Amino acid sequence: MSRLDIKTPDRAQMTVDQLYHDMERRIAASPPGLCPVDMAMNFLNLCHAQTCGKCVPCRVGLGQLSTLLGDVLDGRAKPRHMKIIEETAQSIASTAACAIGRHAAQLVLDGIHGFADDYWEHINNHRCLGNLENPVPCVALCPAGIDIPGYIALIGAGRCEDAIRLIRKDNPFPVACAYICEHPCEARCRRNMIDDAMNIRALKRYAVDTAGDVAQPLCAAPTGKRVAVVGGGPGGLSAAYYLALMGHEVDVYEKRRQLGGMLRYGIPSYRFPRELLDREIGSILSLGITVHTEVDIGTDIWFEDLRRQYDSVYISIGAHTDKKTGIPGEESAGVVSAVEMLRAIGDNEMPDFTGKRVVVIGGNVAMDVTRSAVRLGAEKVSCVYRRRQVDMTALPDEVEGAVAEGVELLTLMAPVRIEADGDGRAAALWVQPQIPGNIRSGRPVPQNAEQEELRIPADIIVVAIGQGIETMAFEHAGIPIHRGTIEALSDAQLANTEMDGVFAGGDCVTGPASAIRAIAAGKVAAANIDEYLGFHHEISVDVEIPAPALQNKAPHGRVNTTEREAGERKNDFQCIECGLTAQGAMEESSRCLRCDCFGYGNFKGGRKQAW
Amino acid sequence: MVKVTINGVAIQVQEGSTIMEAAKLAGSPVPSLCFWKGLNEIGACRVCVVEVEGVDRLVTACDEPVHDGMVVYTNSPRVRAARRTNLRLILSQHDCQCAFCTRSGNCSLQKLAMDANLLYIPYPINIRKEIWDRSTPLIRQESKCIKCMRCIQVCDKIQGLNIWDLAGTGSRVTVNVSHNRKILDADCAFCGQCITHCPTAALRERDDTEPVLDILADPSLTTVVQVAPAVRVAWAEAVGLEPGPAATRKMVAALKRLGFRYVFDTNFTADLTIMEEGSEFVERFTHREEYPWPMFTSCCPGWVRFVKSNYPEFTANLSTAKSPQQMFGAVAKSCFAGKMGLDPHKVRVVSIMPCVAKKAEAALEPMRDACGDPDVDVVLTTRELLRMVRADKILIENLPEEEFDSPLGTGTGAAVVFGATGGVMDAALRSAYYLITGRNPNADTFRAVRGMDRDGWKEASFNIPGAGVVRVAVVSSLGRTRKLLEAIRQGEVSYDFVEVMACPGGCAGGGGQPIVDGEELAEYRGDALWDMDAHEKVRFSHENEDVRALYREFLEKPCGERSHHLLHTDHGAWRMPPAPDRKK
Repeated sequence: MSRLDIKTPDRAQMTVDQLYHDMERRIAASPPGLCPVDMAMNFLNLCHAQTCGKCVPCRVGLGQLSTLLGDVLDGRAKPRHMKIIEETAQSIASTAACAIGRHAAQLVLDGIHGFADDYWEHINNHRCLGNLENPVPCVALCPAGIDIPGYIALIGAGRCEDAIRLIRKDNPFPVACAYICEHPCEARCRRNMIDDAMNIRALKRYAVDTAGDVAQPLCAAPTGKRVAVVGGGPGGLSAAYYLALMGHEVDVYEKRRQLGGMLRYGIPSYRFPRELLDREIGSILSLGITVHTEVDIGTDIWFEDLRRQYDSVYISIGAHTDKKTGIPGEESAGVVSAVEMLRAIGDNEMPDFTGKRVVVIGGNVAMDVTRSAVRLGAEKVSCVYRRRQVDMTALPDEVEGAVAEGVELLTLMAPVRIEADGDGRAAALWVQPQIPGNIRSGRPVPQNAEQEELRIPADIIVVAIGQGIETMAFEHAGIPIHRGTIEALSDAQLANTEMDGVFAGGDCVTGPASAIRAIAAGKVAAANIDEYLGFHHEISVDVEIPAPALQNKAPHGRVNTTEREAGERKNDFQCIECGLTAQGAMEESSRCLRCDCFGYGNFKGGRKQAW
Repeated sequence: MVKVTINGVAIQVQEGSTIMEAAKLAGSPVPSLCFWKGLNEIGACRVCVVEVEGVDRLVTACDEPVHDGMVVYTNSPRVRAARRTNLRLILSQHDCQCAFCTRSGNCSLQKLAMDANLLYIPYPINIRKEIWDRSTPLIRQESKCIKCMRCIQVCDKIQGLNIWDLAGTGSRVTVNVSHNRKILDADCAFCGQCITHCPTAALRERDDTEPVLDILADPSLTTVVQVAPAVRVAWAEAVGLEPGPAATRKMVAALKRLGFRYVFDTNFTADLTIMEEGSEFVERFTHREEYPWPMFTSCCPGWVRFVKSNYPEFTANLSTAKSPQQMFGAVAKSCFAGKMGLDPHKVRVVSIMPCVAKKAEAALEPMRDACGDPDVDVVLTTRELLRMVRADKILIENLPEEEFDSPLGTGTGAAVVFGATGGVMDAALRSAYYLITGRNPNADTFRAVRGMDRDGWKEASFNIPGAGVVRVAVVSSLGRTRKLLEAIRQGEVSYDFVEVMACPGGCAGGGGQPIVDGEELAEYRGDALWDMDAHEKVRFSHENEDVRALYREFLEKPCGERSHHLLHTDHGAWRMPPAPDRKK
């Protein structure tokens, strides 16, 4: 007998490890609408299987909890069950010796409080509030509800123009979304159960790159109604697009010199080339939309006048003001906001950072600012962030890309003050090192580390900690404002009903979000404005979707896009991403499981033909 | 055409055919369970799986189109094993106590299981139960439901009512009333189409044969039975007779054998309905501005339930005339009882109807006009009648041909077509023409309103001398009815008189008719009714001698005071649960 052995996992253990990975992906691919009580019970059973069995609360208690949840689900539970479940879970959470039991019970407690209604419906009515309203996960999770399996199939059939036409039924910005969408559609892709989510955005990019200019559909007969859209970003232009298709006369009012909103004034052209943006906007305007740029509501024209002149108004002004850090020295020369900097770049007024040391105080848009600063010739770009890298809200690819381009990430550093030189020019940013604290809302709250403040020398300091909304002119006009955003309902109508015919949506309602959410809001607004004006125009497209192939869907790697070499791309504002090749696009599109046609899809209808 | 090889047999089939269709042509039919052509092609039961060369997984034959060169095996070892496993899985959650099940002998699952020679189930039996209000005309038995989804599909796609939906998620998914409602709180029309499309007994009518047996057993009661027009053709089909007067006379004899004292014909009050409704239409048409338009027929209780719950603004457009069933009850317990010297409280009226909604109609509170008791006591569907006949071992071949009793047993050709879509309209127009012009039109003048209305609704205009052009529309199925009502509401179409029947094809395809899995028989049965009309000597309701006598001796005149009391009703006098989007 040896005194020590080198541990090698046996075959069973290796298989189980693989199963763990498979389950992780499977849970990630859970369709929306599942019964939370059912999921809670099954998670609990999994937790119970993990118990070592030493302690009573975990070994026995978790099993009894599972039985009680089963009673609830099978309609055997009485109202008193709720109390028994809660007390048992509470007791396990406080008496189990280790996290296996404690945390499992906590999951049940969280559920009892988080979805009590679901429990009660099962107990009182033996029914479930869970439902599978939308069977196709990607479509369900796309805010605009784009027919994703449909266009993936069209791409696979080599019909990229039809793919664009199909996308435009729900989203007039296929090109913008092909380049910069955050692709929430991929999160619960059923393909996750086999290998990895579909690369939906990359396929869309292949479609727009391949199709080129695709003619717009014809507008419906003129209705004689006039609608004003305030704000020419993705949301405003989406509303304008569909309203124009429905036959309404649309005027867009834009405060800036050019249309595009954050697509132009927030997203640098290395992510979304300007000429493509201009071409896409041109295509939308070709429906006959009138544009008034450099018109500020409240200065150049009163909101009340708009209401008088138009049958309906859509407010989609976005979130374009900068937020201040409030630290001493912020007024020093050389301190700029991310919004200002990106806005100038958007209008092609490039600041010269040649040889400068740029420090970016990080937040949501920090990556766009740091990477732009690199391209503007900065000698050194540092990004200061209070939390850890994993806590950043930017997509991981973007952070990695920035690092590859030479950006220094200074994480766990809280800005304290800006040091100015004798001329009042920023000279350095002082930061206080942090350590992660307790987790709140899913992220650890940073707290001061027992370390000295550090001095980061800087010529330019960019504050990129978020945006606000210019609400003043609208508040004066009686538009309801709550905590800095316009208050509107889910149908885009204003929360206060006196403002009949006025609708609002996008960042100015939700706070800074994403292009696709603004586009979706514009679509919702167009539908409801059309109804408000007394019409019921339907938006549809006559594209036939190819039938799914019968081939088997063996595990197959996800085909990703690539990027230009970091050393080369960091010198210009040209697009950094290289789209899929035709071969890559065909491989990738063939991975789609066609949830529109299989499973629930062919029962309740995998697609909405019109809205 | 594409070439396919099925179990070694090479054939050419139309492009776009499914494997199931091709296999049938090749002489190798594939067993199926959830499939219903055009309605439920969702591959839910996975019983019809077949093996396709070059494809790893098994493929459902019902929804997979063939392609050129496809090689299919419908009975390979893998297919056999999979089919048996899936059947056993279904059976492991199905209440297999077939001995006392209404669908025993006519159950697709039972037949499949027998054919598959399944002698045991290796799985624990797990049958779910659920509470259901047994007083409703529509009964759902969770323990029998195989989740084929046909009920959801027929209610969504054909009836457009969305009463059924999936309930629960994961392992507990089942079918239940949508929006977590209870059936009595839902806007269900009780059309019963979900029943006739159910492959098992998960959905059935409330069985009212026992109350009927109780009535027949009570010597102090006088029993009166009426038989609706559409019942006679389905009866003939079910007992293996050619539909026609001879088969109908055998049905009368069977009812006599069951013990009914008087066997009458709802055709009689169909003719009466035409007199009332036709006169009402003439009154409305000649005083246009006093009424909302169009006027709707009111004989179909499923339709009345639908309009009250989904389009209450059109309730005032319904003819106030009662349905023939309810007119019959009211006449039987008033005029007929009086004439025969019977205490109306000791008369029991039983109806044999092709319909489930008639059970609900008879139970409505206002339908007690003759003597204060319900005008109609018990309603049986055609299926229940057949079950009673089977239970008594009444042998069809031994039955003589007997005539309906008098005086409520005569009906014209115009009455018998009440059982088919367009029939009420045709009959009403024949008599309205007479009421206005004083002479009969050719009985086939209005044939444009006859026949199936698969894609939309039928419309026609007829010039009635002296009154002008009458624009009529005829629609069956509530899904198409909704489209028609929307078109009327939007002002896209405009009519004077509209006939609506809730079931596709009218009562011939009613939810109370015999079930033949996978087949829509409304057209075939309807054609038989039109054929009976064509061979009738009298084809105008106003020429029904017994109806004339009833007016002469009792009612005086159509839409007169007695009629108003007995034969008309206030559709607003009872409540229907509103449709979900009508709740505000």
